[in-house]
Order: sequence, then C-alpha cells, then structure tokens
Amino acid sequence: MLFRDPRMTPQDLANLRAMFGLDQPLYVQFYLYLVNLFHGNLGVSFAYDQPVLPIVMQRLSNTVLLVGIAYVFFVLVGIFLGVVAAWKHGSKFDAFCVSFALTTYSVPTFWLSMLFILVFSVWLGVFPTSGMLTIGAGAESFGAYLVDLLSHLAMPVITLVLYYMGFYTILARSSLLEEFTQDYVLTARAKGMSNWQVIRKHTLRNAMLPSLTLAAINIGAVVGGVLQTETVFSWPGIGSLTYDALLLRDYPLLQGAFLITALSVLAANFAVDIIYTWLDPRVRY
Amino acid sequence: MQNYPKAISQFWKSYKRSKRGVIGLAILVFFLVQAVFAGQLAPYAPDQQLGASSILLPPTLTHLLGTDEVSRDVLSEVIYASQVSLTVGFLAAFISLVVGTLIGLLAGYYAGLKAEVLMRFTDLFLVIPFLPLVIVLAAIFGSSMLNLILVIGITGWTWTARTVRSQILSLKERPFVERARSIGARDSHIIVHHILPNVIPLAFANSIILIGNAILAESVLSFFGLGDPVHVSWGMMLHYAYTSGAMTLGAYWYVVPPGVCIVLVMVAFALVGNALDDLLSPRLKTSWI
Repeated sequence: MLFRDPRMTPQDLANLRAMFGLDQPLYVQFYLYLVNLFHGNLGVSFAYDQPVLPIVMQRLSNTVLLVGIAYVFFVLVGIFLGVVAAWKHGSKFDAFCVSFALTTYSVPTFWLSMLFILVFSVWLGVFPTSGMLTIGAGAESFGAYLVDLLSHLAMPVITLVLYYMGFYTILARSSLLEEFTQDYVLTARAKGMSNWQVIRKHTLRNAMLPSLTLAAINIGAVVGGVLQTETVFSWPGIGSLTYDALLLRDYPLLQGAFLITALSVLAANFAVDIIYTWLDPRVRY
Repeated sequence: MQNYPKAISQFWKSYKRSKRGVIGLAILVFFLVQAVFAGQLAPYAPDQQLGASSILLPPTLTHLLGTDEVSRDVLSEVIYASQVSLTVGFLAAFISLVVGTLIGLLAGYYAGLKAEVLMRFTDLFLVIPFLPLVIVLAAIFGSSMLNLILVIGITGWTWTARTVRSQILSLKERPFVERARSIGARDSHIIVHHILPNVIPLAFANSIILIGNAILAESVLSFFGLGDPVHVSWGMMLHYAYTSGAMTLGAYWYVVPPGVCIVLVMVAFALVGNALDDLLSPRLKTSWI
C-alpha cells in the first residue's frame, strides 16, 4: 500500500524494493524463498513489516480452537441424525433429514454467516457480531471470560456445524442402510432383536467407518468453510488473516498462511490415519 | 444411432419419472430464461444509480427488492448477476469436464509409469485444500471474469478424472474392446469408437454437478473481493453488501436475494445431476438419494 503513496520519491520506492528483495529476478527470489523456507523463515510481511511465521502461528491456535469444537459437533450430530434417519427409514423424519442435508450443502458458508449476523446479532441481539473477545469484558473472573469467549464462538461454530453435518447424515444413513442388507443382520432379526438393538449392537460399528474416512478427507474442505466464517465473523484465525493478506496484496503473508494451512491439513490427515488403524484393526500400513 | 428424436423422447420419458429431476430442471429453466431475457425483465439497468435519496431503501412497489448502498435497484442487479454467475459456472465446468475426461482417459487406458504419475498428480490436487488454492491463484492472476473461469476450471477436474478413470479401467477389459484389439484396431480407434461413447454420458452427468460447484466457487471468490468488478455476479453483490455493512444496518433485502439465488441454482444442478447420474451411470440404483 505504501507504493501508492504519492509522497514517495522514486528513490524511496527503489529502496523499499531492495529491502524486500523485489529488485531481484523472479527465479532468484524463488530460490531465496526456498532456502529460507528450509530454515523456517517464511519471509517478511509487507503490511506488518514483521516475519510471517510468528504472525501466522499466533493465529493458528484460534483457528484450531474454532475448528476443533465445530468438528466434534458436526461429526457427532451428523452421524446421530443419519442413524435416526436410517432407523426410521421411509418416515417423514427420514425424508426431512435427506432434503435438509442436500440443502445445507448448497448454502454458501459466507452467506449463512451473514444471515446469522443479521438475525441473531442485529435483530435479536443474542450474540456479538464479530471478534473473539469483547475488549475490557471478562477481565474480572475466569467465568466471565469463558462466557464471553463462548458467546463469540457460538455463531461461527453453528454455521460450520450446519454446513458440514449434512455430509455425515447422508453417509451414515446410506452405510447403515447398506449394512441392513447383510446376512448377519438377518440372523440378528431372526433372533428377535428390534431395529434399534440391531443398530446399536451390530451395524453401527461397521457403518461408522465410511464416516470416519470422510472425516479425514473432509479436513481440507473444512478449511474452505473456516476461511469464510472466520472472515465474516472477524474471528482472529488463519482464515481472516488470509483475507486480510488478500485485501492488502501482502503476498508473503498470503503464501505463508496458505503453506501453514496445507501443512496443518496434512498433519491432521496423518493423525486420522493413525486413529483409523486403532478403530479398525483390519487396516494395516 | 440415426434416430435422435426418438432417442431423445425416450430419454425424456425415463427422466420424467424422477420427480426431483423435473423440479431441478424447472428451476434451471427459470434462471436461464431470466438470464437470457435480463434486458427485458429487469426494471432498471444494473448500474443505474437513482440518486442520494434512494440509498438502501426497503422493498416497495417501485423497487420490489429495495435498493443498495449506492442506490441501485437490487432486483435488476440480481437478474443481471444471473448472467455472470451462470456463464462462469457453465464455462468453468466445461473446462473441468474436458481436462478431467482427458486425464482420466489417459490414466485409465494406459497403464504404467505415465498413468501412475497422472494419478498421483490428481491425488495432489485432491489433498490440497481447494478454496485457499483457488484464492491464491485468483489473487495472482488478477480479477477478471476470464481468469475466474480458468482458475475454477483448472482446479475442479479431479473428481471427473477419478470417475472417468475407474469407468475406463473396467471398460477396457470388456469383450468388445478385446475383440476390437484382436482384429488389429489401433488405440486411437478403440478410444474414439468404443471407450468414449461409454464414458461421455457419465462424465456429462458428473459435470452437471460441477456447474453448481463452479458457481459456488465463483461466489466465494467474488465474496473475497476477487471477482470481476465490471461483471457483477451474485457473490460480488454479497461482497458489496458485506463491505458496505448491510447486515449491521439490517438491510435484509440486499443480503437475502443473491444468496437465495445461489442456493436455488445449486440445489437445481444437484437434483438434475443426480437424476441424470441415476439414469446413465452403470452402477446399481441407489435408493438413498
């Protein structure tokens, strides 16, 4: 942005370019970037005039908090709805669950966030519009701090949960229905078990596996949703940092945020792979 | 093969049986008509500013959906924006369809190192978080409608490639392919005359859903300020609504309509795509969707 300041002399501009190394040819810049990368140096942000890595890492914990809570909720609620829908297969509730899941999938996350702000913050005044903590509030006790944090967390989390739980509902439902056609279910039925008993004792465990696979694959997709919700709710995480970097055309920061995001996704995928072997002993690596 | 009208009417007969598919098609026709006849349907020009006295007016009879922060008629904007959103969606999905089919075809038909490299390349695209990647690409290429189409098109082909490849893997072992090969047909002949006709319908059904995804991707990119400022889409409208603080002012007439349009179009493409997929795909009929 400094580059657009009319008071800058050509000499100042040249100095700035030399300072950030922008006067070098592109391949030299890229080589230096790679060398620095392996030294854990992601470059210097244009806008903050500080190293990129600390800025990004500072925001990462906030994103992990938001995503972690949302993840637990949408996987559990989604699977739960899918199980109930499969149990009541063919009922009105079942049909409602399927159409609900299909619709929420089609709703842009950023728009859902905007609607939430419109309804719950502006009209009803229940939740704060943006940020993570109210300045000055919650300093008196830990309880007040927690309440303040949770009220800021509520809307971003609900948005994410609404958007992503549909995938799990549909998947859990269809894998349960598929399990119902297996022979062991027929045996269990012949013994006189009810639908619910069959689900609880036999099919649920087998039907959980596809949902867990989805939970692993989904991590990359969830990043997209988090980017949007964080931006609209001004949640100080990596997503809103990406948006800021984008607005300021701060390319080092944008690259850094993207790199850390991609690495986190890979790490999370790896973690899920390990958990998977523990849940399904048939899988070996 | 020669009797196209009959084939089409037969196809329509079986398509009609899917109630969801027909509903989806109706919504699509509605939006297509609206986009094509935008000049006749919209009460105002999309960029016509009506003066300082009509900034952020709530809906009235003269402005059915009110006005925005620079006094433009929201209804006219929504109608014209459908042109941009649909164009981007169709063209980007078409690029994805071509690239995905080509890569899936090569990776499926030719075994060995080259196919392996292609598939790992596809996996790479599947693992990288889609949205941040598109955002970075769009930021680097700059905001114009053509760049948006290209960026969305060249990042959205992975699922098509996967579906096409798995289909071809099973097709190339079928007797009719073996027979063609045994009488000395070249690879190019087998691909064009035996493999492609069996793959295209599936890839087509797949790309219908891609159009919806492309429209969603475009709206997100535009929302992040990466859209074309000259060709305003639904996402771009929401970007303006967001940056002008329409939500905190309670201007629901500005925030709600563009999003509703995106949702309706997305749902419609999903319904049509699923209906086509059920008709054309070789796998067993699924009852759950």
